[in-house]
Amino acid sequence: MNRRIRVLAAKPGLDGHDRGIKVICHGLRDAGMEVIYTGLRQTPEQIVATALQEDADVIALSILSGAHDFLLPKVATLLKEKQIDKTLLIAGGIIPEGDIESLKKRGISEVFGPGTRLAEIEEYIKGALSKT
Amino acid sequence: MGEDINEIRKEKKRWAEHSMKKPVEKHLSDWDDPLELLYTPDDLEDSDYLSDIGFPGEYPFVRGIHPAMYLGRPWTKRQYAGFGTAEETNERYKYLLSQGQTGLSVAFDLPTQIGYDSDYAISEGEVGKVGVAVDSLRDMEIIFDGLSLDKISTSMTINAPAGILLAMYVAVAEKQSIPSEKLRGTIQNDILKEYTARGTYIFPPRPSLRLITDIFGFCSKKIPLWNTINVGGYHMREAGCSAVQEIAFSFSNAIAYIEAGLKAGLDIDAFAPRISWIFNTHNKIFEEVAKYRAARKVWANLLRNRFKAKNPKSWMLRFHTQTSGVSLTAQQPENNLIRVAYQALAAVLGGAQSLAACSYDEALAIPTEKSVRLSLRTQQILAHEAGVTDTVDPLGGSYYIEALTKKMEHKINELIAKIDDAGGAIPAIENGYIQKEIEARAYKIQREIEQNQRTIVGVNEYKVAEKVDAALFKADPDVAQRQIKKLESLKSSRDSKKVQAALSAVQEAAKGNDNLMPHFMVAVKSYATLGEICDVLREVFGEYHAVGTV
Repeated sequence: MNRRIRVLAAKPGLDGHDRGIKVICHGLRDAGMEVIYTGLRQTPEQIVATALQEDADVIALSILSGAHDFLLPKVATLLKEKQIDKTLLIAGGIIPEGDIESLKKRGISEVFGPGTRLAEIEEYIKGALSKT
Repeated sequence: MGEDINEIRKEKKRWAEHSMKKPVEKHLSDWDDPLELLYTPDDLEDSDYLSDIGFPGEYPFVRGIHPAMYLGRPWTKRQYAGFGTAEETNERYKYLLSQGQTGLSVAFDLPTQIGYDSDYAISEGEVGKVGVAVDSLRDMEIIFDGLSLDKISTSMTINAPAGILLAMYVAVAEKQSIPSEKLRGTIQNDILKEYTARGTYIFPPRPSLRLITDIFGFCSKKIPLWNTINVGGYHMREAGCSAVQEIAFSFSNAIAYIEAGLKAGLDIDAFAPRISWIFNTHNKIFEEVAKYRAARKVWANLLRNRFKAKNPKSWMLRFHTQTSGVSLTAQQPENNLIRVAYQALAAVLGGAQSLAACSYDEALAIPTEKSVRLSLRTQQILAHEAGVTDTVDPLGGSYYIEALTKKMEHKINELIAKIDDAGGAIPAIENGYIQKEIEARAYKIQREIEQNQRTIVGVNEYKVAEKVDAALFKADPDVAQRQIKKLESLKSSRDSKKVQAALSAVQEAAKGNDNLMPHFMVAVKSYATLGEICDVLREVFGEYHAVGTV
């Protein structure tokens, strides 16, 4: 890939905890990626529309409200419907261990919990995109 | 003091030169000032005990707001709780009260906090998750069923629609034949910090301030014991700011509320005594204690000297504190019990009026009943076994604590002045200054953790390979369905003409200058839903759109 990796960072749902996602925006930007942050309160439809418009390679969703079970797979489904499911979909926040497997089955590539290093996310994104 | 300060200074120099084998690197405070290796009487040279520190219960309140502090009245043990439906929350409250909790603290779900009903499309997935879902007065009646509202004090974490939830609470009390004059409790009602952290805003700043001053005016006449606003530094600290910024940013917000109240024609002493606070008690024990001592003094000075309040109650910084959620780790979660215990200790040494101790599983999920009980027990062990309540302000007089208190007082005043000079809190939020400061420090801390300049036990050091096997809270997936059914039956059974009339009256009042609170009272009693009332206000006031800072 020659151009810079484009990441759409988004907060789905009504959750207002944005410390984590903002830190990730700064971190990925310092790692040379292009990062667009949607801000709070995005519906899955808005997120997918922005991803299309921005031609994002990665969508990074942050959620700490417990609504991940509904909102994250919905983004994955919409991506499939729009046939842009090549976009790498990752998530982070407070997501209980027991929910991760089911999220992965429903189209979320990876889930990063509290305490994750920025470098880990960066490496994951680069690794996953180099395979496609 | 008997010793000669110059002699002490001379001896300190000698000691440092002769006794220290090699120079040591100074540690930095939370706000990045170097801390001394040792504090001695010469660090307090310019401090006058009677005028700078004084006695508890008296201006400037450095040592506490009550003369006898915990010997007179223990702090309120108030765990933040609420989840699922009103019925489940009612059960949890009865349980917590039976276990010795002394006040309630209601957590609402996000749709409630942002003024949406459970059946709105945008609420899907969020109903009953981070708190209890309240769509109408009916839900509030169930939450407080069997609890006499004249016997408990209730804190509600609600901001943008605070007036409406308060109206519901008063209506529940009316049904219990309890006059509003007897109600005790708190609404958060602190909208400005929602723009800079936390994020449950609805309306733009100016109409939001009007809602707040309407509540001030209404409560001073009808609910005199109610804490009409609970100004918060907690959430900005969680989002990344320092201890000094926590106090200065939240005080600047409070200055904006006070100025709005004065502009609305209210007397400072009519509403200032009902301003209460929520702060964040973080890891560094002594800095947190000094923070609270300094904050009390800065606030007392602001109210007495700048706003000319006459009533000493207006000068008192009464605060609730919660231990720091963001300091908790998902790795080795049991370690969080220890963190919470130290933070709770700092809160009590700092003179808190009310405390919530976080639960050790918070970085993983909503706390379970067992983990919440452990948090309550942490408080009870402090109160009954640790001896920290035996005397007032036990750390007062420590060279370190007094020097830190002074330093923080100075730093907080400096930052408040800086925000004042830039036009106050509202412009500082609208141009993104506060948000950027918070973000920058959050990122700096993360980098320090990753570069091992900051040790987080279990995260970047002392790690173990682990499979987290904590028994986690599992939200009931049927909550939303039950809540939506309840709404349907409510809407078919209420008098819709009455509802429409009440909503129109709210709309008219919102367009004009009438106090909105009496109109909210009529509306909630007609069983108009929270979403319906907020929709009417959204139409008149518009909605806030966040400024981009990232």
